[in-house]
Amino acid sequence: MRESEKTGLAIEASGLVKAFGGNRAVDGLDLRVPAGTVYGVLGPNGAGKTTAVKMLATLLRPDGGEARIFGRDVIREPDAVRGLVSLTGQYASVDEDMTGWENLVLLGRLLGHRKPAARDRAAQLLEAFGLTDAGARQVKTYSGGMRRRLDIAASILNTPDVLFLDEPTTGLDPRSRNQVWDIVRIVVAHGTTVLLTTQYLDEADRLAGRIAVIDHGRLIAEGTPGQLKASVGAGSVHVRLRDPSQRSEAELLLAKELNAPVLLDADPSALTARVPGDGADHVAAEQASRALAELAAAGIAVSDFSLGQPSLDEVFLALTDRPAEKTAA
Amino acid sequence: MSAITAETSTVYVPAPEALGAVLAPGARPPRPSALSASMTFGWRAMLKIKHVPEQLFDVTAFPIMMTLMFTYLFGGAIAGSTTEYLQFVLPGIMVMSVVMITMYTGVAVNSDIEKGVFDRFRTLPIWRPSTMVGYLLGDMLRYTLASTVILTVGLILGFRPAGGPAGVIAGIALLVGFSFAFSWIWTMFGLMLRSEKSVMGVSMLVLFPLTFLSNVFVSPETMPGFLQAFVGVNPVAHLVAAVRSLMAGTPDNGEITWVLTSGALLIVIFGALTMRLYNRK
Repeated sequence: MRESEKTGLAIEASGLVKAFGGNRAVDGLDLRVPAGTVYGVLGPNGAGKTTAVKMLATLLRPDGGEARIFGRDVIREPDAVRGLVSLTGQYASVDEDMTGWENLVLLGRLLGHRKPAARDRAAQLLEAFGLTDAGARQVKTYSGGMRRRLDIAASILNTPDVLFLDEPTTGLDPRSRNQVWDIVRIVVAHGTTVLLTTQYLDEADRLAGRIAVIDHGRLIAEGTPGQLKASVGAGSVHVRLRDPSQRSEAELLLAKELNAPVLLDADPSALTARVPGDGADHVAAEQASRALAELAAAGIAVSDFSLGQPSLDEVFLALTDRPAEKTAA
Repeated sequence: MSAITAETSTVYVPAPEALGAVLAPGARPPRPSALSASMTFGWRAMLKIKHVPEQLFDVTAFPIMMTLMFTYLFGGAIAGSTTEYLQFVLPGIMVMSVVMITMYTGVAVNSDIEKGVFDRFRTLPIWRPSTMVGYLLGDMLRYTLASTVILTVGLILGFRPAGGPAGVIAGIALLVGFSFAFSWIWTMFGLMLRSEKSVMGVSMLVLFPLTFLSNVFVSPETMPGFLQAFVGVNPVAHLVAAVRSLMAGTPDNGEITWVLTSGALLIVIFGALTMRLYNRK
C-alpha cells in the first residue's frame, strides 16, 4: 500500500531547530500535517520557511528536535524519506542548460525507470503540463510560468507521497499563478500531501486546509484559514469621507459599531477600521455595511469605501506586535 | 521567442484528466544501481557539452598550444633536435595538459552546486556519490579527447612511439584513470571554496609545482638534491614515467604500481572528504 493511501499524519515535526552561526533560522518548530491535504506554511521572508522545508526534505540536518514523514525519521532514515518526498525549491530545481525533455528523462532515469519508460514518462508529463512544444528547448529560454510547471512536472514524476512546494508562485504573473493553483488542487486530489510555503495569505487561503503561520523560526498560529482569519479579524474597511472635518465623529461611530480600533490614515479624509467578524467573509460584509449605514444615518457623507481581506501584514501585526488583541479575539 | 512563450502559456489550462493520468500511482521502479545512477549523471555531463560546446576549447586548443610551444621552445636546446626531443617530451606534455585540465572539474562543481537543481538531486533516493562520479565520467571523456588531440599533433610532428598502438592506448588509459582519481581533489575544493576564482587560484597553486617540478621536460638528474627528492615523491612524475614507459614499449611495473596505488589513495581520501562536504552543503 502506498503511504499516501494511509490516513493520519504525513508530516510530524517537533522542536525542530536549525541555527546558522548565531542566527536561529528555525527555533523550535512544531508541525503536524494531516495526510492527503494541502498544508500552508505562511510567513514573511526570513521567517525560516525554506530552512524548515529543507530539513523535512533531508537537505539540511536539524540541530535539534525531530521530524517524521509518514513515520520515517528524517535524520535516521533519510533514504527512506527521500523515497517518499519530492521538492520544488524556491529557485527552479531544474537544469537550465538542458532541455525540458532532457530534464525529465534524466530524473526518470535517476528514479529507476528504464530508458524507454523514462522517455514515455517525459513525453506524457510535457503533454500534461502543456510543454510539448517547448520540450526541445533549453530551460533557460522558458518563461517563469513554464519553468515552474516543468519544475512541478519533475517533482511528480514518481507521484510522491509528500510534495514540498517552496513559494511556488513567488514572481509569477497572475495567470501562471492560477495554473499552479489548479495543478496543486489536482495533485492533492490524487492523494499526494502537499506542503506549500507562501508569503501570501490569499494563496494559503485558497489552497490550504490548514495554515501554520511562522515568524522568526517559530510557530505563532495554526489552524484552518477561517480560524486564522477570525483571530485576526475578517478584514479591514477603508472609508473616505467627503468632508475631512467629520473624521473624528466617524472614528467614534465606527469604533462603537465594529467594536474594534480605528486607524486614521495619512490622508486627512480617510480612516481604516478592522472588522472583527468570525472569520467568515459574509459576516464581515454585513458588519461593514451596517457600520456604513450608521455613518449615513449620522449625516456623514462617504465618498468611497472598500472592504479588504486581511493582508499578511495585518496578520503579523495582529499575531506578533499585538498579542493582547489576539487573546481578546 | 517571447511571442512563442506568451502563446504557450495562453493555451495551457491544467486539465484534470491529463494530469490525473500522469498522477495515477503506478508501481515505483526499484531505485537505480550505483552504476546506473552514475552513468545517468555522466549522460548529463555529455548533454552539457552538447549544449555548450565552447567548453571543449580547453581540451582542444590548449593541448595543441602546449605541444607546439614546448616542443619548439626546448627541443633544440635540450635534445639537439625537435623530433628527438618529441619522443621524450610528448608523453610528458600529454600528462601535464590532462592533469592541468582536471582543475575545471572543481570550477564546474563550484558553479553548479549553488543551483536549485542540486537540491533536487540531493532529495533523490540514489547512491549519494553518483552525482560527483557523473561529473568525473564526463570529464574522462574530455581527458581522452585532450590526449587524442595531443597524440595527433605529436604524430604529425614526428612522434613515433615504440610501444605501438597498444602501448599508446595503455598509456592514455592509465593517464585518464589517474586523472579520474586526481579530480576528487577538485570536487572537494569545488564544494569547499566559495567562488570559482578561489577554486582556480588554489588549483594553480597545486598544479604548477606538481607539473613543472617533475620529469616532464628534463630528466631530474641535473636538479639539485632537494628538488630530486620532491620529484621522487611527486605523483605526477611517477605518472609521467609510467606513461612514458608504456608508450616506449617497456612497461615499468614499479612506476605503474606506484600510480595505481596513489590513485586509489586519492579516491579514498578525497572521495570521502568530497562526500562529507556534499552531504553537509
